[in-house]
Amino acid sequence: MRKIPFILFILLAGFFAVLLLRGKDPAVVESAMIGKPAPVFDLPAALKGKAGFSSRNLHGKPALVNVFASWCLACRVEQGALEKIAKAENIPVYGLNYKDTPQKLAAWLQKFGDPYTAIGADRDGRTAIDWGVYGVPETFVVDAEGVIRYKHVGAVTENDYRDIFKPLLAELKK
Amino acid sequence: MRACFLFLLLMVLSFSAAAVEPGEMLKDPVLEARAREISKNLRCLVCQGEAIDDSNSDFAKDLRVLVRTRLAAGDTDDAVVNFLRDRYGDFILLKPPVENKTLLLWLTPFLVLGAGLCAAFAIIRRKP
Repeated sequence: MRKIPFILFILLAGFFAVLLLRGKDPAVVESAMIGKPAPVFDLPAALKGKAGFSSRNLHGKPALVNVFASWCLACRVEQGALEKIAKAENIPVYGLNYKDTPQKLAAWLQKFGDPYTAIGADRDGRTAIDWGVYGVPETFVVDAEGVIRYKHVGAVTENDYRDIFKPLLAELKK
Repeated sequence: MRACFLFLLLMVLSFSAAAVEPGEMLKDPVLEARAREISKNLRCLVCQGEAIDDSNSDFAKDLRVLVRTRLAAGDTDDAVVNFLRDRYGDFILLKPPVENKTLLLWLTPFLVLGAGLCAAFAIIRRKP
């Protein structure tokens, strides 16, 4: 009887320790869009000389959709990894340029790299809401049928490619 | 002493300011009131602990404007909330809905209260 509070304490401490040590970032909210078809949208070209991006692009082949902006610092570091994925997997990477201007975007792409097959301009961020986006960068994997299969919150690294994107894309290409 | 009392009274009477900017508000006061009620139960996913009605983040502002646009277009309150639930999931709601998977969450306070009462009775009975 005396030991009951102690046992309760140990159980509770263990419960919190498991939640704390499992290494999940509480700032990452799981997407409600997984398993749903990509939203219908038609974004104008963000840059002259480069195609815009619409839901019609998302058919016939798996693709990445990267939500980014030139004012977003974390977006700078993922351009290399995105370029690598596009090349190694031979898939298109579409850019959803979030609340940006053509001038700033052009300069930014030149400086940090341009992995994009096409870039759509989401000036007011309304299309991003249809994708369930709540910050930049976010990256979606869309399968050949246009269904959203995965969402990555934050910059994509080469380790993410190896551990998450590569196995998923291999499965989608089967 | 009186100043101290007045200070405490003002502290008690003050409430948190909403983040809604005048430019966002709808002209129709009934629609605006509905928008405020809806916004109070929508979570800002960037700040997480705050409702979009209280948050100054861009994300919260965009959702506040969206809620008002949908209401002005004739959506019901439920339709507006479900529109956002479809895109952001149940986590967008500050109050989780009562469902089978959230039943334990909702019942836990009562279970703990019951267990506490049982323990209290057992202890009181044992000591005359």
